[in-house]
Amino acid sequence: MHIVVCMKQVPDSAQIRVHPVTNTIMRQGVPTIINPYDLFALEEAMRWRDKFKGALTVLTMGPPMAEDSLRKALTFGADRAVLLTDRFFAGSDTLATSFALASALEKISTEFGAPAMIFTGKQTIDGDTAQVGPGIAKRLGLNQLTYVSRIVELDQAADKIVVERRAEGGVQILSTRLPVLITMLEGVNEIRRGTLDDALRAARAKIITWNAADAGITDLTLCGLRGSPTIVKKVFAPSPRAEKAHKIPTADVPVELLAENVISEIFKRQPAVEGDLMKFSAGQ
Amino acid sequence: AKKELPEHFKAYKHVWVVVESEHGEVHPVSFELLGEGRLLANKRGVELAAVVLGGDAKAIASAARECFEYGADLVYTVTDPVLAHYRNEAYTRAMTDLVNTYKPEILLLGATTLGRDLAGSVATTLRTGLTADCTELAIDDEGSLAATRPTFGGSLLCTILTLNYRPQMATVRPRVLQMPSRQTGRTGRIVEHALGLAEDDVVTKVVQFIADRDSNKAQLSYADIVVAGGLGLQSAENFQLVKSLAEVLGAEYGGSRPLVQKGWMTSDRQIGQTGKTIRPKLYIAAGISGAIQHRVGVEGADLIVAINTDPNAPIFDFAHLGIVADAIRLLPALTEAFRKHLSVNRLAC
Ligand SMILES: Cc1cc2nc3c(=O)[nH]c(=O)nc-3n(C[C@H](O)[C@H](O)[C@H](O)COP(=O)(O)OP(=O)(O)OC[C@H]3O[C@@H](n4cnc5c(N)ncnc54)[C@H](O)[C@@H]3O)c2cc1C
Ligand SMILES: Cc1cc2nc3c(=O)[nH]c(=O)nc-3n(C[C@H](O)[C@H](O)[C@H](O)COP(=O)(O)OP(=O)(O)OC[C@H]3O[C@@H](n4cnc5c(N)ncnc54)[C@H](O)[C@@H]3O)c2cc1C
Repeated sequence: MHIVVCMKQVPDSAQIRVHPVTNTIMRQGVPTIINPYDLFALEEAMRWRDKFKGALTVLTMGPPMAEDSLRKALTFGADRAVLLTDRFFAGSDTLATSFALASALEKISTEFGAPAMIFTGKQTIDGDTAQVGPGIAKRLGLNQLTYVSRIVELDQAADKIVVERRAEGGVQILSTRLPVLITMLEGVNEIRRGTLDDALRAARAKIITWNAADAGITDLTLCGLRGSPTIVKKVFAPSPRAEKAHKIPTADVPVELLAENVISEIFKRQPAVEGDLMKFSAGQ
Repeated sequence: AKKELPEHFKAYKHVWVVVESEHGEVHPVSFELLGEGRLLANKRGVELAAVVLGGDAKAIASAARECFEYGADLVYTVTDPVLAHYRNEAYTRAMTDLVNTYKPEILLLGATTLGRDLAGSVATTLRTGLTADCTELAIDDEGSLAATRPTFGGSLLCTILTLNYRPQMATVRPRVLQMPSRQTGRTGRIVEHALGLAEDDVVTKVVQFIADRDSNKAQLSYADIVVAGGLGLQSAENFQLVKSLAEVLGAEYGGSRPLVQKGWMTSDRQIGQTGKTIRPKLYIAAGISGAIQHRVGVEGADLIVAINTDPNAPIFDFAHLGIVADAIRLLPALTEAFRKHLSVNRLAC
């Protein structure tokens, strides 16, 4: 069984700062990481790869330095890594991204065998749209299973898969046919450390690097900024609230009295809350 | 650089809202979108339409009636057994059919799991732009949809346009838009559309649906009162103080993200950028510093009360009432004082 995991390299958003004057994102010096949500997809994919003794390819589209994330994925235990990189991809929105990735996936399919499952994370921590997974599925005509928390059954001979997914208001158990695209929910597993063998292999591994032409893309108008229907009009900081909190005095006030004062302030400012609470307590 | 809208897109008119009514009840975010959609449609001088998909004619008729009362001029309905449960294939097919037939200029969906699953594949099928998880919608001076969304964990906002493609699509977070008032008895036109899909055409099958009601999941987004705790509470035991206060108030409880990571509460109770957006009448935050990622999830609350030992904690920049105090001591006192107030009222009744 061949499985592909799409991963994005993202800036570590905990360390992102916004320039106070120009309102732009300061990316310089900010370390990059594998999108944390993608690690759940990678671990899930490796478990099924192990079970079926298959092969696992990781794919990322990004600048040449995105190679770091691919090498990292190899140390966790991925078998093969493909980097899709070309200046024509710069400025891609999700429509252009899903086009580029779908093209590369078709190429992967002819070069290394058709994948039975393609995994993505639920979303990224930078663009955060959750749109790329569904986009790839539609472009490749695959059945799409989003927000999957568990693969309940995988029957390769019958091309059948059953999963649990987070749906609106509950959990849906879906059954469909392979091949599928799965977007994996967070928190469902923990990425393995990888073996020493994996680390050694990763250090020596050759990352397969493709540009747009290598991936079989002939129409460059579908790529990057030109292939992106969305346009970022402006970026700005949220406007600060004019006034700060009204502080209720606390010095030398016993805690019981303080509690009473807090309640009177709440009821004074939100009489509706007092009304609701009275109704609630009367109904008890 | 703005190009001229291609000729074949000029016929695209009207604002549409995709209504979620999978389990017989309309998701409140759909009404929030109709409220906002009404304003956008008025500004554009076009009609506001709701799209109701499902398997049960009675449920669809009742959802359509509600849509009129929340501001829709017309409702497109597709009634078909294959739409009884949400499945991407069937819903995408229905939506793309409708768009290609009736040509809306703006198409809005809730940023729920259903809305995001559906919007992503509809936009790709139609090859148009989709702005994700927006918190604000407007019509700009050129008449385009300007969709604003928080990025980089809420520390920046960006406004995104889809200039030369139609429809202009966006998903919007539940609870960031105002719930419009309901105009009882208001009606409009219904347009029924046939899908023409057979069950055999849909590969994916729903084996089972386990509703959250049965599994005690938090209903945070729509709670009137929310009490939340943060790392300042220092232990899982002290986090119980938050639950006790919530219980006395008939409120929901929640917390900041680190509490999920520490296992003090489940992830469905996380409030903020990567958790729930809430819009309660009263929000009490105990031992929460007020990081930007937390702030964006609570800013819509009518009254924010913050308890924090640090007078310079960022939460005091956006809370309405601030109490510089030890939450571990104040929470039990508050619970007791509220209990007293409420039992006095019970005796008086
Ligand atoms: C602040 C900001 C806001 C944006 N808003 C929008 C918007 O509203 N609409 C829009 O169309 N575009 C938007 N974009 C552009 C969008 O982020 C890019 O198209 C990006 O390439 C992919 O989208 P994402 O990061 O949202 O991925 P998501 O759709 O959230 O990612 C889902 C999964 O797809 C896979 N994946 C995503 N990107 C790659 C990749 N490059 N290589 C391999 N796998 C990948 C990963 O497995 C990931 O977990 C925005 C970008 C930024 C920086
Ligand atoms: C991509 C990303 C997404 C994120 N998403 C979210 C999200 O959705 N929601 C979220 O909440 N966070 C989110 N975060 C994390 C966020 O940045 C903060 O780290 C987090 O909100 C801090 O939690 P806290 O306020 O509980 O803890 P801290 O920041 O440690 O604050 C504890 C506070 O308690 C006060 N305190 C200490 N002792 C007491 C006491 N006895 N009584 C009263 N006060 C006391 C302290 O003064 C301090 O202000 C996200 C971060 C990233 C990078």
